[in-house]
Amino acid sequence: MSATTAAPAQTTKTGGLLATIANNARQYGIVGALLIIVVVFQILTGGVLLKPNSFVSLIQQNAYVIILAIGMVMVIIATHIDLSVGSLVAFIGGICALLMERQGVNWGLAILISLLVGLIVGVWQGFWVAYVGIPGFITTLAGMLIFRGLATVLVGESVPITSESFRGIARNYLPNVLGWWGPFDGLTIVLGVACIAAFAWSQLHKRIRAQRVGLVPEPMSLTVIKIVVAALAIGFVTYLLASSGNADQGGTPIMLVIVGVLVLIYNFILTKTVFGRHVYAVGGNRKAAELSGINTRRVDFTLFVHMGFLSAVAAVCMLSRLASATAQAGMEFEMDAIAACFIGGTAVTGGVGTIPGAVVGAFVMGVINQGLSIMGVDTAIVKTIKGLVLLGAVAVDIMSKRKKR
Amino acid sequence: MSERDTILTMEHITKTFGPVKALTDVNLTVERGEIHAICGENGAGKSTLMNVLSGVYPHGSYDGRIEFDGKECRYRTIKDSEADGIVIIHQELALSPFLSIAENIFIGNERARGGVVNWDETRAQAARLLERVGLPEDPDTRIADIGVGKQQLAEIAKALSKNVKLLILDEPTAALNDEDSEHLLGLVRQLRDEQGVTSIIITHKLNEVAAIADNVTVIRDGSTVGQMYVTEETPLDQDELIRKMVGRELTNLYPDHPSNPVGPEYLRLKDWTVHHPLDPNRVVADHANITVHAGEIVGLAGLMGAGRTELAMSVFGRSYGSNISGEVYVKGRKTELHNVQAAIDAGLAYATEDRKAYGLNLLQNIRENASLASLRKLSRHGIMDDNIERKEVSRYRRDFNIKCRDIDVPVSTLSGGNQQKVVLAKWVIADPDILILDEPTRGIDVGAKYEIYEIIDQLVDAGKAVIVISSELPELIGICDRIYTVSQGVVTDNVDKQGFTQEYLMRGMTKEREVAVR
Repeated sequence: MSATTAAPAQTTKTGGLLATIANNARQYGIVGALLIIVVVFQILTGGVLLKPNSFVSLIQQNAYVIILAIGMVMVIIATHIDLSVGSLVAFIGGICALLMERQGVNWGLAILISLLVGLIVGVWQGFWVAYVGIPGFITTLAGMLIFRGLATVLVGESVPITSESFRGIARNYLPNVLGWWGPFDGLTIVLGVACIAAFAWSQLHKRIRAQRVGLVPEPMSLTVIKIVVAALAIGFVTYLLASSGNADQGGTPIMLVIVGVLVLIYNFILTKTVFGRHVYAVGGNRKAAELSGINTRRVDFTLFVHMGFLSAVAAVCMLSRLASATAQAGMEFEMDAIAACFIGGTAVTGGVGTIPGAVVGAFVMGVINQGLSIMGVDTAIVKTIKGLVLLGAVAVDIMSKRKKR
Repeated sequence: MSERDTILTMEHITKTFGPVKALTDVNLTVERGEIHAICGENGAGKSTLMNVLSGVYPHGSYDGRIEFDGKECRYRTIKDSEADGIVIIHQELALSPFLSIAENIFIGNERARGGVVNWDETRAQAARLLERVGLPEDPDTRIADIGVGKQQLAEIAKALSKNVKLLILDEPTAALNDEDSEHLLGLVRQLRDEQGVTSIIITHKLNEVAAIADNVTVIRDGSTVGQMYVTEETPLDQDELIRKMVGRELTNLYPDHPSNPVGPEYLRLKDWTVHHPLDPNRVVADHANITVHAGEIVGLAGLMGAGRTELAMSVFGRSYGSNISGEVYVKGRKTELHNVQAAIDAGLAYATEDRKAYGLNLLQNIRENASLASLRKLSRHGIMDDNIERKEVSRYRRDFNIKCRDIDVPVSTLSGGNQQKVVLAKWVIADPDILILDEPTRGIDVGAKYEIYEIIDQLVDAGKAVIVISSELPELIGICDRIYTVSQGVVTDNVDKQGFTQEYLMRGMTKEREVAVR
């Protein structure tokens, strides 16, 4: 669900409690920084930041950064970068809008075609990077120009979206099927409880399986602490969501479900699959990976296909939110996604990084954005502050690494 | 050389790196206008000595006294030694590939006035220097566009531009073909005869030593063990030189392991020929024929640059080389190993000599490194089975005695010996039939070495075939059942256990190709 709960799921150490925490200081550090930022803005905004409805809009506004950061973190781990994602949001958003508004295509089919276009663009960029050997920076810089240009040709001024269903993706909630329990949405409460139970079950199950194959599991105290912390975090988020909404609807926003599912799936891919291992291996030492029998070209290619797909998802979300396709859509999105990765502890030189980290990085930027705009700070100043935060986060990271050596 | 005119004396040089003594009480005397060869096995301390001389290791970081051209030297940097006319040309050339020859010659020493380069002057002087070294190239040619042999000459031109008095060449011909080697050595001779330049040459090629050196100093295990003068009347006694280079006793640094009865043939190379990846005319392995059986430890002995690693990597999924020809038979079946995965599937494993650059992902932990070559085995439908992986890696952590807190610590925190065990674990988990171990004990301490030998013994006792590549002859003699000697890409001999003496093997390792240096 939220990033705070996903981060502790990373830890599978078998040492003592303190050692385990020390091992993951970097992960916990960025989560701690996010908590501090949240508390500071909660105070500065007089408690507005964590009002249910502004919390929901925080998620809806930053969904695109998270979706793009999921792919970007994998690309950066493998020592590449993708500068074209912002242009792709405009290009694919334009195609989706034209399909619905000019060709009369059903909105569901339009989304499917958009995702397919994203995959094709990924194949295109992956081909140049992996099989021709053009660095990702250059391939996607070209892509940034190509797709921004094509978006302008396609869209012209703008294409407004008329489909209410499509526009609802970005602003509607899951249907209130279980009714209102007092002031709370029933479905959200059920989902929250289910998440807590699933987390607890996965932690306990992991212990049992470890014991079954004869390994020493992590200390029980740590498992309990993890479950309690996760339960508190998920519980709080559930409370906020369940009491959000307006006169017609409320509860769990659809965007949160999309983002949550993507985060879970991609975190699984990166941490639990052979492909995920290949990504880290290629990023950490390409030559050693090759000599271990890994097809490094195919890894590079697949990553760009994933990135194309996720760009298409972000494009659809953004189009729904803006309710109109423009050639300027997605401007500088690549920078937001890259910044989220680096704030979230991804190494500039590749090989290191996690999806939960990138999600937390995206929330750090999002909370600062939201908090400052609630306070009425000028957007130009907001941008400056975000730049300084990026610089500071990476500086702290580099200096802490240097000290360790 | 009737009267002595000493240009360089190095006395009682001792240099330590932490607990390791690289040089112990080394003495070196070089006469003006001679070509002085320094010989010794890999790791004997030759390069360290030259780094002490040229100021790479500054005065004060070593003990001893250096006198050059009549005055005591206390060089703090290479710049200081160059100012006195000592120029060292390293094995890895220090040229910038995308700059021109002229720019490279005067790099850091630009023909300039007030920071503005005088290009006419640069070109004119470069052309004159190129003529002196016999390199008929336009000074504006990019370094990347000329071959290694010519690059070496450009390096010497660069040295001459600094008014060199003592030229130090570290393995100058290791990367050169025969013709280029001959030209280079001719040039060194010419510089001596016509311009009085003194040279120190470090080389493994004993024929070169015999052909060019006036004086030879032998270094072994960080100490000088002898000096040999060469004149027209008394040519170099190569056997004597070899004895001096290797003369040390074998002690029981190696586990007592009787040879297994020879099993079925596991790997056979037939006329395996490999060319250099960048220079397709340079033969790196020349019609190599090698056979390895189950249960057997076979050594590949060769000096640096002999082509051992290149041979092994070219077999392992064509990871090295161009224009490869010849046949590979795995368990008697002719097999094409087009890429690494195919080689792994066929039952091969190759543990690299450079574990940090090619063997390990230093950003990851023991578990992730050790499972890297077996991910398919440790997963189901593309999803990792964490517990099987942990179990498997933990098993080899225990079996190989990898000293660590747990298998989730980064490999970068381990000692060299433990890192090497992780590399071995990675390949043993892949369960190959044939393991090629390239310098498996390089840079690790004696205790860890012994443990690695024991692991190798266990592997062959389990019916696997092991090929060990090593620069240390005593190591190969201590653990192998059979040794192939390799020299300049040619397998020169196939030696059975009865024939294991350092002198005999060294002869095979230094045998020259037919087209030898004059």
